[in-house]
Amino acid sequence: MSLRTDLGKVRGLGSAKEGVAHWWAQRLTAIALVPLMLWLVINIAHLAGADVKAVQAWIANPVTSVLLILMIIAVFHHMQLGLQVVIEDYVHTEWLKVASIIVVKFAAIALAAISLFAILKIAFAG
Amino acid sequence: MDTRERPLSPHLQVYKPQLTSTLSIMHRMTGVALAVGTLLLVWWLVAASLGGEAFTTIQTIIGSWFGRLLLFGWSFALFYHLCNGIRHLFWDMGKGLDLPSAYRSGWIVIVAAIVLTVSSWVCGYHSMGAL
Repeated sequence: MSLRTDLGKVRGLGSAKEGVAHWWAQRLTAIALVPLMLWLVINIAHLAGADVKAVQAWIANPVTSVLLILMIIAVFHHMQLGLQVVIEDYVHTEWLKVASIIVVKFAAIALAAISLFAILKIAFAG
Repeated sequence: MDTRERPLSPHLQVYKPQLTSTLSIMHRMTGVALAVGTLLLVWWLVAASLGGEAFTTIQTIIGSWFGRLLLFGWSFALFYHLCNGIRHLFWDMGKGLDLPSAYRSGWIVIVAAIVLTVSSWVCGYHSMGAL
């Protein structure tokens, strides 16, 4: 049982009834992605033209694996938050809007799972 | 209630394009482009985990002129979205919202995105031994 009053619960949550959770998550993932993406681009530029053995060795490095995992989680979280706003702005047919958002969210989770599996497979199974 | 005769706000098309509005829509467009670009990232990771022919295939595709053009576009989209995203974070803190600052930061974003894109490609070609 919550001791909070109804007014106390709703105060500050706004018309969307979610408060600033979406907005805040988008900013947090953005801040995380600034160093992560710069790190990724520098490393990919260094890997240009490298063979599969070199790429696998890079991914299997524990520091790389962990940073790649963090990057994938932040990228796909940030991506689905952003695409949701774009869909909400431009798709006005209610069922199509909801369906598009569901597709985007499921795709983001699926792509993240596939990426994480690939990283872990290289890290643990070579 | 009759809604037909209500005054409408003018459509965006009647406004002269400005740096601020152009950069704003570019942030959204590069974001969507980067979402598509994640498919390449996932493909690359999966191909690396499979090795052999799968990796050779993606390397050939990315290495082709069209693959490089796509990658160049995506790298610019990434750096633009990243730099303009930092601009947004400053706005979120209430900094740089006045018009002269918004224009100045806009030009900084454009220059920074171009410099970062070119630098990363110079770095990439350097590690390939092409420079």
